Amino acid sequence: MAEEIEYDADVIVVGAGFAGCVAAYTLAQAGKAVLMIERGNYAGSKNMTGGRFYSHSLKKVFPNFEKEAPIERKVTHEKISLMTAESNFTVDFTSPKLGEEGQDSYTVLRGPFDQWLAEQAENAGVECIYGIRVDSLIVNDGKVQGVVAGDDELHAPIVILADGVNSLLAQQLGFLPEPSPSQMAVGAKEVIELGEDVINDRFNLAPGEGTAWLFAGDATAGRIGGGIIYTNKTSVSLGVVATLGDTPKGDVSVPQMVENLKNHPAVAPLIEGGKTIEYPGHMVPEGGYNMLPKMVGNGVLVTGDAAMLCINLGYLVRGMDFAVASGQMAAEAAIEALDAEDYSEAKLSSYKTKMENSFVMRDIKAVQKWPETMEGFGRMFSQYPSMIEKIMLSMFVVDGKTEATPLKQKLMGPVKEIGLFSILGDVRKAVKAL
Amino acid sequence: MSEQTSERPQVNVDAKLAIDKFNVDEANPHIVVKEDISDADFHKLMICCPAGLYKLDEDGKKSFDYAGCLECGTCRILCGKTGLEKWTFPQGTMGVEYRWG
Repeated sequence: MAEEIEYDADVIVVGAGFAGCVAAYTLAQAGKAVLMIERGNYAGSKNMTGGRFYSHSLKKVFPNFEKEAPIERKVTHEKISLMTAESNFTVDFTSPKLGEEGQDSYTVLRGPFDQWLAEQAENAGVECIYGIRVDSLIVNDGKVQGVVAGDDELHAPIVILADGVNSLLAQQLGFLPEPSPSQMAVGAKEVIELGEDVINDRFNLAPGEGTAWLFAGDATAGRIGGGIIYTNKTSVSLGVVATLGDTPKGDVSVPQMVENLKNHPAVAPLIEGGKTIEYPGHMVPEGGYNMLPKMVGNGVLVTGDAAMLCINLGYLVRGMDFAVASGQMAAEAAIEALDAEDYSEAKLSSYKTKMENSFVMRDIKAVQKWPETMEGFGRMFSQYPSMIEKIMLSMFVVDGKTEATPLKQKLMGPVKEIGLFSILGDVRKAVKAL
Repeated sequence: MSEQTSERPQVNVDAKLAIDKFNVDEANPHIVVKEDISDADFHKLMICCPAGLYKLDEDGKKSFDYAGCLECGTCRILCGKTGLEKWTFPQGTMGVEYRWG
């Protein structure tokens, strides 16, 4: 049977996001014939990030990308806030060290950025097909040998799945158990156009430099998740990410959370006069190491969000740097398999080995306990923001009426409401899991 | 509704979706909700759908319109098995088209 198949390419890549484009590019650079199929009208047209990405892995593929690609800003300001309905307590860290070569991160918008990535793949010889939805995989005798799109069949000895967080194809293969709501989060944001100078002024930024800002508490109405603001070149991305396990237990909807964040007294002045130019939504895989699917089969490799490669530590969210690295390593494994004319799971498993020996699995594994710990960490999103608010108010409010009290008393009052041991317990749990 | 939301400006999510670009496949709904979806499932979708497409009218009648779908998959994860008859991506070229993302 396998003898009869006429292959249309060496490798078919499904999806033109970070993982897909990098895989396709790497394969084409090695002289392989690659078809990259994307269901949107252009790369990035279905993609969304908060967001920012850490550049280290993309630099290995495109050493000068920050000069050539449409990046928005280099992040040099990190902010984390605990927010109540009225108040906001922020840790604000800025340092040129955040932008140093090798540890630099950038805000991006996936529409423009993914088109640039796909262009690099195309220039390297990848045949890109847009506007075609892959419906299923061709599987013969347990071997993936191509894809079905409508009435068309396309064949290749290796298919790389880079079809994103809702990988129906990985599910078709049985690689991916149905994710549970607590392993997933939904993100929604507005892209708000403000102009470059306005952003520099309001966020205290030097030209080209940017802010990454996370909010816990009221941004998700006290449910597990967080608010986000990322400064782009001329716009800001403002939104929320809310876990699907916890959010339905409340009664504030995700779109309302975004609206509340926009109208918050600490945020509204920053976006005053801005014009919303887009309202995207997307899902984020947050289950970490314990939800990783099977990533290799006969003739198939799973990468990026389709492989659930993402971590959310509350103060740090990563996915795109994993996607890039997984795309590159999947391509390398595919090249070895093509050269050996052996497309078996055993041969392609070098992808797994490469991943396990890389920062990808090292970092995801290191925090494998965190997703579950965060789930039991409801106080961070509900009680702690209001505890901090009370402490701050007791420290800073002077009205001539309230009896002056020692600082210790100001601190311990709100702390006692939650209980010192509960707080210490949370801190211990968090420190252990992180 | 909680005290919190009643005091604050209510979101008009339809106005936000109007800014987005869609190529709606009028003939082929890519998501179909079960006729007998439970109230509990429907509530989850009303809270979590970022496009606010799951709605209850004043008489408590449930409605869903796939036209403004952002294709996130939230409904698939929350109750794909129990509350949805169908969840797929729109056909190629159709659906939402992010210019910025």
